[in-house]
Amino acid sequence: MLAVLAPFILALFIPALYKYVRQVHTGWFVLPLPVILFAFLFQYIPGVANGEPYTFSIPWAPSLGINFTLYVDGWSLLFGLLITGIGALVVLYSIYYLYKDKEALNTFYVYLLMFMGAMLGVVFSDNMVVLYVFWELTSLSSFLLIGYWYHREKSIYGAQKSTIITIFGGFAMLAGFAMMYVMTGTFSIRETIAMAGNIVDHQLFIPAMIMILLGAFTKSAQFPFHIWLPDAMEAPTPISAYLHSATMVKAGLYLVGRMTPIFAGIPEWFWIVSSFGIFTLLWGSFSAVKQTDLKSILAYSTISQLGLIMSLLGLGSAALYFGYGDESLLYTTAILAAVFHLFNHATFKGSLFMVVGIIDHETGTRDIRKLGGLMTIMPATFTLAVIGSAAMAGLPPFNGFLSKEYFFTGVVNASRLDIFNMDTWGMLFPVIAWVASVFTFIYCATIVFKTFTGKLQREKLDKEPHEAPIGMLIPPIVLASLVVITGFFPSLLEYTIIEPAMAAILPGLLGPTETFYVNIYFWHGWTIELFMTIGVVVMGTLMYNTYKYWDRIYFFMEKRDPVNNVYDNAMIGLVKGSTVVTRIQMTGLLRDYFTYMITFMLILLTYSLIRFDAIALDTSQFAPISIYLWAVTLVIVISTIAIPFIQQRVTAIIAVGAIGFMLALLFVVLRAPDLALTQLLVETVMVVLFLLCFYHLPELRRESFTPIFKFTNLVISIAVGVVITITAYSALTLGNQADFQPISQYFIENSYKLAGGLNMVNVILVDFRGLDTLLEVLVLGIAALGVVTMIKLRMTGREDV
Amino acid sequence: MKRNNVMLHTITKIVTFIILAFSVYLFFAGHNNPGGGFIGGLMTVSALLLMYVSFDRKTVDYIIRINFPNLIAVGLLISMGTGIVSMLFGDAYLTQYFDYFQLPILGETELTTALPFDLGIYMVVVGVAMLTILTIRGDA
Repeated sequence: MLAVLAPFILALFIPALYKYVRQVHTGWFVLPLPVILFAFLFQYIPGVANGEPYTFSIPWAPSLGINFTLYVDGWSLLFGLLITGIGALVVLYSIYYLYKDKEALNTFYVYLLMFMGAMLGVVFSDNMVVLYVFWELTSLSSFLLIGYWYHREKSIYGAQKSTIITIFGGFAMLAGFAMMYVMTGTFSIRETIAMAGNIVDHQLFIPAMIMILLGAFTKSAQFPFHIWLPDAMEAPTPISAYLHSATMVKAGLYLVGRMTPIFAGIPEWFWIVSSFGIFTLLWGSFSAVKQTDLKSILAYSTISQLGLIMSLLGLGSAALYFGYGDESLLYTTAILAAVFHLFNHATFKGSLFMVVGIIDHETGTRDIRKLGGLMTIMPATFTLAVIGSAAMAGLPPFNGFLSKEYFFTGVVNASRLDIFNMDTWGMLFPVIAWVASVFTFIYCATIVFKTFTGKLQREKLDKEPHEAPIGMLIPPIVLASLVVITGFFPSLLEYTIIEPAMAAILPGLLGPTETFYVNIYFWHGWTIELFMTIGVVVMGTLMYNTYKYWDRIYFFMEKRDPVNNVYDNAMIGLVKGSTVVTRIQMTGLLRDYFTYMITFMLILLTYSLIRFDAIALDTSQFAPISIYLWAVTLVIVISTIAIPFIQQRVTAIIAVGAIGFMLALLFVVLRAPDLALTQLLVETVMVVLFLLCFYHLPELRRESFTPIFKFTNLVISIAVGVVITITAYSALTLGNQADFQPISQYFIENSYKLAGGLNMVNVILVDFRGLDTLLEVLVLGIAALGVVTMIKLRMTGREDV
Repeated sequence: MKRNNVMLHTITKIVTFIILAFSVYLFFAGHNNPGGGFIGGLMTVSALLLMYVSFDRKTVDYIIRINFPNLIAVGLLISMGTGIVSMLFGDAYLTQYFDYFQLPILGETELTTALPFDLGIYMVVVGVAMLTILTIRGDA
């Protein structure tokens, strides 16, 4: 519980630490937190591996079914470890990457901690609403981090783009969650999983699935939503390493994995997830080859690798269709590959991003056309780059090789499927996978050879290149050694990380004591997967060396992703469209706004009155009206009618004031002293306010209106009166008919017992509905701020609004 | 106002105190009788406004040295803070507690966590109303 909130709590202190302890890099204060959290999560591994998920719960808004429930199982623990582990390394790295006197470190670390906490919240929360809140918080903090160098045009563009796309997906996801709630009546993911079988036939099932997938796809940069990721590379490199390779973009994968038990087993899920994934893999790897910026290459490679994992999750979902047995072993392999590759990708891509960061930091450029020959100058960085790239390309003996083999197994198995029309389209999976792997091999080769071999072009570099400081090298070294270690000893992960995660994605397939069979080993014999890898290496080498001949295919294509044009045009269209709408709508006249608002309200009310057949006028049950009430009401009506005909402002104010004071009197007659008192005081204060402003107001002018205008206003105002009266009467009558118990009885009985107060109104305000009061007061405060800013920063009329 | 209104000033001085005292009474009476933070706050505002209307701004600013924006912030913090207290005891946010205590002079008195909550509301109301009115006026 505290683990999730700890980053937020620490974030509160960062500005103070930054302000008062300037000589120490703020990152050092941040560093212990992810380390402690990592150690803390680490101790859950044995328990989770034994198949005992942990839960912690605090009621938040229990009446709405929203509870702050944390759920730790294999799948979320894997993410938790990645978030904290890589988070610690990234913080360490950033201490050396960001200069302490040049950069606004306080904001940087606040955003980073905010992001870390949000991410932990996403993966550990069991409640969909809580998950959604944290989910949007990751979008928000990533927006802040991408736009960290906010004086750069491209940073702003990238930050805006990523936010628009991911928050669009987030909203879709929220809609999906709402639909799930309609079907199941619970926001808890675990309870939904338990009910999964009963809701498959519900008509909202497919829409909910698509909505949730939209959220996952936008976050995980699946085609065609992938365009935000390359632009997000404007963020500082530690951020790219953290958000855009290891954690945030994987939130979509997390969600797909989490939702697999609910949706898997129907062909739509299988097809959408696996085909979008495999296409993203191809598109990303194909686009990566034509990039010249190292970070862009990595961005597209991340997109393609995410697609790879996504397609594996889709293929593996077929396992739930079959149940556990010999046959489904074919598909559980896909899930195994997904989990394993997810872990591997986090390690090698994290280290590669850091390597690119080092190159950028020490040479001043990331353009591969300017780089070259750095091998002798930066030997350590070179080694790291080789390890990372080789793992990414799927070469032995690194961990990427192992998971790539399993990936091939998964797609080959997929081609043998005979469900969901797989027999016709299934062959495409291994073919696409193989082609994409060739491209992957090519761009991995590009990263290593274009940067580190060849001739050093000193004159093109902004800085004199030299090796990075040791602190900057440690984090990628840690990650690279993980790449090597898990490459040689994959058994370390088998039953500690991978199997529990698989069990979490595919629950119910196993009996209580059974486990999935996970045995990762190097040598499978001369299998088809091995031949595929050999083919990738041969073809890739061939194509890399002949790159300059077939480069002209790319020559006809734009360097920029064509999907970007769709996005840009959509944005331009949006601005144009909203300008037109704004011109019509925002006339600057208060009465026009009122006309819009009131007309809309009228339509809505009338529609719902008719739609639900709710018009009921029954005057028999009304209480008799006393003579005082008649008198008071009469004064109110007369003053109201008088107002439009008054020519002078003072008289008008007096008339309005009369209404107010009469209302107060009405409250007194109806025995509501609190309301009466409040009304009186508000009226008094308003009169003073009028007095103060009065001097500055212009003379009331007689405006001449067209008859049509007057007629429209007359119709609207009469309609308002009629509709509101009907609504009020109907509400009363229907309430009586339904034998409706007013809630006041509850307060009469309980206000003294539960809250110790005799004044019921006040007890309601502070005890029973305290949150309402608090938020109302908050609104008041915001309104005051608005008034102050509007008046203090009054525009002279020439500003561009 | 440049003129020296002796009558107005003298009466204002007395009346302001009466209104202020009444607003304090209203604030504390809130739990069992009509009153409470909102009404008490508005009453205080009217007392302060009376002073602002009768005297010129400089004088009043010299007498009442309250930073109204800060008052709003502090009030909000107090109200939200009392809400968090109940979370520490494992109850839902904003659960209020009350009990009876023997206090010197006052005798048996009911103390409740709703009081600081209401105090926050009171401060925000005073702050918002004064800030708004003074800004509109100050602009003049």
